[in-house]
Amino acid sequence: MAGQTHKLTSSIIVNNPQLYGLVTLRVLIGWHILYEGVSKLINPYWSSAAYLLDSKWIFSDLAKTIVSNPTLLTISDYVNMWGLTLVGLCLLLGVFSRQAALAGMVFILLYYLFAPPFLGLEYSKPGEGSYIIVNKNLIEACALFVLYYFPTSHLIGLDRILSKSETN
Amino acid sequence: MSENSNQTPSADQNRRNFLKALATVPVLGLFLVNLWQKLRRDELKRKNILTDLIQEKKAPAVISGLSDSKHLNLGVIGYGGRGSHLVRGAGFATKGWTDDAYMRTKKNNLDKAFPTFMSQEDLNCSLVGVCDLFDVNAELGLDASQNDVRPGRKSNSSATRYRHYSDLLAQDDIDGVIIATPDHWHSRITIDAAKAGKHVYCEKGLTRTFQEALDVYDTIKETGMILQLGHQNRQVEANDKAKRIIDQGLLGPINLVELTTNRNSPWGAWVWNIHKDGNNKTIDWDLFQEPSPNKIPFGEEALKRFFRWRCWYDYGTGLSGDLFSHDYDALNQILGMGIPKYASSSGGIYYYKDGRDVPDVWHVTLEYPDRDMTVLYSATLSSNNSRGNRIMGHDATMMMGGQSNVGSVGGFIVTADSESTQYRERLKNGVINSKYPIFSYSPGSKQIDGVTSATSQYFANKGLLYTYREGKRVDPTHLHIKDWLDAIRSGTQPKCNIDIAFQEAVTCAMATESYLTGRRVEWDPVKRRLI
Repeated sequence: MAGQTHKLTSSIIVNNPQLYGLVTLRVLIGWHILYEGVSKLINPYWSSAAYLLDSKWIFSDLAKTIVSNPTLLTISDYVNMWGLTLVGLCLLLGVFSRQAALAGMVFILLYYLFAPPFLGLEYSKPGEGSYIIVNKNLIEACALFVLYYFPTSHLIGLDRILSKSETN
Repeated sequence: MSENSNQTPSADQNRRNFLKALATVPVLGLFLVNLWQKLRRDELKRKNILTDLIQEKKAPAVISGLSDSKHLNLGVIGYGGRGSHLVRGAGFATKGWTDDAYMRTKKNNLDKAFPTFMSQEDLNCSLVGVCDLFDVNAELGLDASQNDVRPGRKSNSSATRYRHYSDLLAQDDIDGVIIATPDHWHSRITIDAAKAGKHVYCEKGLTRTFQEALDVYDTIKETGMILQLGHQNRQVEANDKAKRIIDQGLLGPINLVELTTNRNSPWGAWVWNIHKDGNNKTIDWDLFQEPSPNKIPFGEEALKRFFRWRCWYDYGTGLSGDLFSHDYDALNQILGMGIPKYASSSGGIYYYKDGRDVPDVWHVTLEYPDRDMTVLYSATLSSNNSRGNRIMGHDATMMMGGQSNVGSVGGFIVTADSESTQYRERLKNGVINSKYPIFSYSPGSKQIDGVTSATSQYFANKGLLYTYREGKRVDPTHLHIKDWLDAIRSGTQPKCNIDIAFQEAVTCAMATESYLTGRRVEWDPVKRRLI
């Protein structure tokens, strides 16, 4: 099995374990992001306000502007709820997954930048782990970066059908 | 044959292509199954808890005002910090205040004071008379009466200033007066106002002594004027919701209630600014101290007492009338327990050794043997370790403020007791966990407010700064003034009427007397006396 190779792109060739590893990574991140989105959709009391209000560093002013403007806050809530749901679904099913990886990376990088675990920045809610500079958001964003450059959905995922029909 | 042999691998390839394309779809299926299970679980939990707890989930509606029915003329006696807030609740703010609030909102969108004021209902009244013993405050009151930046219609003209309250009360065109003087003037002005045919909004605490409480009660009853005591908590929807939950018996028998006050700043301990323009030319000191038991000549000490009057029993009752009265009245609103049979209190001046004679650490025990209940009140002005208020039932505890973490607007949480009888089955089968709230009420949780100072936070936590009506932020002080004006127009009783005010005044007087005499004070409801 390991001997079989696949073309990821015109220049990258991987064997089966490498391919399955990448697909598993894509599906797991997809699952996580999908539930982040769905859990916000099913909670009528969810709002991005609490998170934004606790924002520190370069985006804290922007965060406060969003919170204080009901229209901007509503937009932010909808973009988060539906954006995460769609990105998660695409990664999980392997459809438009390169674009989804990029969009997911932007989302998660923004979460990182709005509340980075830097020395001297104190947050009102304690984190669920111990972080300094590097946290799970940064790692997940980085993993999505890898998935963007190592696409697998044309091999395992709905993109396989879509890309085939395009070439036909 | 050759065609067939060519077709077979192609069909197989198609099948494999198809399988590879759909390989992760079962994962989505697994996801959806889990999501469905979670939703069902949440629904089951919600049904098991909430249907019991809250029969009526709707927020109180905005009561349609009677403001259009009759224009009312108001006078204010005592236009200090609280007086200006009350008058703002009626729709009149100084130009300085509106300018400043506007700029604050412009700088920080989270500061909602200006939009909240501007979206207040126009109460169809005019501020026509202002009385204050300090010239600077009196001028501010006049300024407020004519500021055009206000909800609804424009002001008519400037109010008239009166140097003595009796001159203001002598005006025939004044329908009601807002009394926000120091406490030692409350009873005298309230009685004179009612006798002069004026309706009264009196700031809390109603009176300074027990005898004053009796006199005010009798006069209001005799004259039939409408009195509203300034406990704006009566307008806070969280208290109504708490009452409904308790009325349904969801807390079980309640034998103990703990009320607390935590503050830790000079301002919170009434060390207020001595105005730079305060002197014997701008302050009528002799008139100020006329009803107080002890008199001193004008000087540095008098200035201190004029601006920080809450620190002395000559003019107020310290924690009793200022903060205990609020917590007592909110509890009375929820439980309706009235005047206790016994009150005892103790405390001391332990932190602010600045010449005051009222305690800065003070505790009260109220006994209600008829209800099998004790109410404890404990206050400190030198620690911000907010303890909140707790109504402790055999089946569940309701916690308000403090560490209940239910947002900034007087919300509450209800947590089942691990030894509850009522919830035993549900605790056993895991539907209810005594470690987590079975109900949490957090009004305005989607709205963010820029409450900054610790003292503002103290009031906000107790729901005294603002409340919500149909999801919209409203100042309860405005609603309380509106309630009073509506009662005047309709001839009904307001929410904090004389009967409720009397209970507050007697309870506070009992607690104060116990501290001053060092003995337990008993209320005799038949002979209307303290033993």
